[in-house]
Amino acid sequence: MTYDLIVIGGGPAGLAAAVSASENGLKNILIVERDRELGGILNQCIHNGFGLHRFKEELSGPEYARRFIEMLKNTAVSVLTDAMVLDIAPDRTVRVVSAQHGYQTLAAKSVVLAMGCRERTRGAIGIPGDRPSGVFTAGTAQRYLNLEGYMCGRRVVILGSGDIGLIMARRMTLEGAKVLACVEVMPYSGGLTRNIVQCLHDFDIPLYLSHTVTDITATNGRVSSVTVAQVDERRAPIPGTEMHFDCDTLLLSVGLIPENELTRAAGIAIDPRTNGPVVFENMETSMPGVFACGNVVHVHDLVDYVSAESERAGKAAARFVLNGDAQGEPIELHNGNAVSYTVPQKLRRENVEKVADVFFRVRRIFGASVINVTSGGQALASYKRERMAPGEMEHLLLPAALLQKASGEITISCEEADCK
Amino acid sequence: MKELICIVCPRGCHLKVDEANDYAVTGNSCPRGAEYGRNECTHPTRVLTTTVKIDGAAYRRCPVRTERAIDKSLLFKAMDALNGVTLHAPVHVGDVALENVCGTGVNVIVTREL
Amino acid sequence: MYDVAVIGCGIIGAATAFSLSMYQLNVVVLERENDVALGATRANSAIIHAGYDPEPGTKMARLNVRGCEMAQALCAQLDVPYLNNGSLVLAFSEEEMATVRELYARGEANGVPGQRILTGDEVRAMEPYVSNEVVGALYAPSAGIVNPWEYAIAMAEVAVQNSVEVRLNAGVTAIARIPGGYRITAGDQTVDARYVVNCAGVDSAVMHEMVAPKAFTIYPVRGDYYLMDKCESVRARRVLFQCPSALGKGVLVSPTVHGNLIVGPDAVACEDGHRVNTTAEGLAYVKKAAARSVPSIDYRSAIRNFAGMRANSDQKDFVIGMAAENFLDLAGIKSPGLSSAPAIGEEAVKLLSENGLALTPKANPVTTRKCVRFKSLSEDEKREAVRRNPLYGRVICRCETITEGEIVDAIHSPIPPCSLDGVKRRAGSGMGRCQGGFCGPRVLEILARERKLDPTEILKDRAGSWILACETKEEAKRV
Repeated sequence: MTYDLIVIGGGPAGLAAAVSASENGLKNILIVERDRELGGILNQCIHNGFGLHRFKEELSGPEYARRFIEMLKNTAVSVLTDAMVLDIAPDRTVRVVSAQHGYQTLAAKSVVLAMGCRERTRGAIGIPGDRPSGVFTAGTAQRYLNLEGYMCGRRVVILGSGDIGLIMARRMTLEGAKVLACVEVMPYSGGLTRNIVQCLHDFDIPLYLSHTVTDITATNGRVSSVTVAQVDERRAPIPGTEMHFDCDTLLLSVGLIPENELTRAAGIAIDPRTNGPVVFENMETSMPGVFACGNVVHVHDLVDYVSAESERAGKAAARFVLNGDAQGEPIELHNGNAVSYTVPQKLRRENVEKVADVFFRVRRIFGASVINVTSGGQALASYKRERMAPGEMEHLLLPAALLQKASGEITISCEEADCK
Repeated sequence: MKELICIVCPRGCHLKVDEANDYAVTGNSCPRGAEYGRNECTHPTRVLTTTVKIDGAAYRRCPVRTERAIDKSLLFKAMDALNGVTLHAPVHVGDVALENVCGTGVNVIVTREL
Repeated sequence: MYDVAVIGCGIIGAATAFSLSMYQLNVVVLERENDVALGATRANSAIIHAGYDPEPGTKMARLNVRGCEMAQALCAQLDVPYLNNGSLVLAFSEEEMATVRELYARGEANGVPGQRILTGDEVRAMEPYVSNEVVGALYAPSAGIVNPWEYAIAMAEVAVQNSVEVRLNAGVTAIARIPGGYRITAGDQTVDARYVVNCAGVDSAVMHEMVAPKAFTIYPVRGDYYLMDKCESVRARRVLFQCPSALGKGVLVSPTVHGNLIVGPDAVACEDGHRVNTTAEGLAYVKKAAARSVPSIDYRSAIRNFAGMRANSDQKDFVIGMAAENFLDLAGIKSPGLSSAPAIGEEAVKLLSENGLALTPKANPVTTRKCVRFKSLSEDEKREAVRRNPLYGRVICRCETITEGEIVDAIHSPIPPCSLDGVKRRAGSGMGRCQGGFCGPRVLEILARERKLDPTEILKDRAGSWILACETKEEAKRV
């Protein structure tokens, strides 16, 4: 049997893609999930704040996942959990291994990559010092705490003010730990203001901006203190500003990286700016019939956007299977001033129905500002923003008519609004 | 005068709330900000999300949340109350794990099928 | 009374135990840590040196060349990852070319096979990422890379299967002469043995001085390393050294047998031979020095830093010899100790025999070891492995494709690990990009299940390195 679609990953991206592909006419769909159940990382994100865009209500992570799992019930989507995809061949043969079904070679007319992302580690950021136990990525600590029911420490310092770190500051505090500080190397927080207020301010946890952890000391194999120092504009620690925190735990919330082992091994083009696959307007990768969505493409800040993007990928996979290859000469999207990446990286105008969704991030904080869309030096459109920050993904809807005016490439750039 | 950052939208207005002057709010950009500032200074509330023990499930903890926001000052008391709760599988999303937590009139509900 | 007590189970203790285990002897190994191979053996450059560095005529020269010669067959026999990829000593100037020629001459005197002196262009043809500043190099095709801790674990495991007793958490605190041998105190236990072999690494001088006058001093020298993601492994196909100087062998860039790239070390003299912390200065130095050899290394792809401690001594050569009657020192085993290890093991047996230890070979000793490595099986073998044991079908470590079957095998291996890192050193779980972020909790669960321990008892690494403080809802409120 050949599947119409194999979705790799049963987290929010894979679930939404499968549901959407089914709604758009595909019959034999298989989700392969490496964990024991569907839902992905949402299962351990027990806090609320999910679904405001998608469902117009505030849900916890497991509730949000449940909504999509329920939708699957009315479809012909089958699910293989506790199973790992080992590789994807160019003919879209997927090799899967599981304890239950052994080693399987599965054929598919289309594939959606939805493997999500992983956390940056101590090694990736090179914190010097002893190498004891007690240094965890925030997500690992969250799994121990929320799923397994274990505290991974009692006195905690958190490096990084991304949302997972902030959420964990609150969770550890509520469960009885003392969170001594949250330390952020940038001069601004990487998390949502709402989380700064509700996770740090509510519990009088100090946030040290423009600071980093410069040393870790161990006693008898476990973290016993960390040194925190202020950093200069180039993020180098400033001697003489050191503070010492006696703690048994250091949590790291220092960024997420799309998980593209399978993608790379399959020879699919990767964008070094996102660490995810290069995608077209319909989330198709450089390998025809292979689509990608969610955090495997670029790290999103709201799961609602992951769902929306994945629904587009699922729909596109259905179109590919039912109608054949997407046509059209691609135009490239380029980073202009203060833009760090765009998704998609390439657009086929012929394939855009009404509007093209374009996501990007800015390199620095903006107040009142303008996003300029240009092509060959000609202005195509501009959009106003009250505020933009690197921690918040920007979204543009470029009308098909506008894209017709572009020649060869489109550049997206940002600048402060004219004060006049 | 109390200073707050508004969390109603991503803009993050720096609000000033004058407790002496009927909680008049300045620094806001919209009426929702004024309402947030006033509430935050008079009776701040939060939704509590946490876990409780569960027997007979694939995991040893079950995620729960308060159905509505409760008084912020009751968060730790509610945690204490929930520490004594043990559920028994199977449980479903929306099942009540604890009624009327700390006399707030708010139920704590299960947020995952286990 | 044991025939032989070996103090320390790093690569030297393991090699000694392995060699002794081929004979009808009653052997005990005393290791201070909660696992074997936890000192210099687990944190070093992982290189099997060809043998052109040591002064001709030294024990070091002879044992290095012999150890290098033994490595390939021994690693195959013990199922230890090894690759004979050769090494290059890069020269950046005419003065350094003189050093290269000197090394070549030493290598010839030491019997290093197949050495060649290359021009800069020849080097770059072999290693496209090497700096344009390189003017030439010494090529030694017999050099290789190995998984050093697995090398030691494998030898120790085979020794255990041949009835050698390995006692963990047995740090030696006193050694006294008794009639016919020695009484060794290790915390609350005592061990009597006719012969003692001192393989205590950074503590070897302390052991020596329990039975003999001071004869050498150990100077622990720490070195910081970067371990890079597999995507950076293209930067070096062979081991790329710089010319040795008064400060040591310098910073190298090399692939690892796991497919990563290793960069380091620096050399910093330390008081405490057991504290292996990295430092910002050390890591910065390594980066800068390595950039001379390979300018294009992308440190954003780093997955880990670590530091290792060399048990250097004030002696030019390895300290190998009888310290007192029936007490053999295998001390001050600095670089190339890893390369020399199996030859040192042979040497130890020879010296003990010369000193009266009777050697009767065992009839059928275990000499080989075999592990299932799911990732490297063929498609048919994978199918068969999962059919045989479904646990080989459950991938626990996503980054390195390590299955539950391999983890369970490791947990029930001859020297059972008690920590996540112990499992990692045997099965390879947590070695990859996420550094155990995803698989750590799963491995902890499997380890607790298989060893019937409470999850809070599982360690990350050494004694004291607890992972979980307590259950939520229970003791948590009392902190």
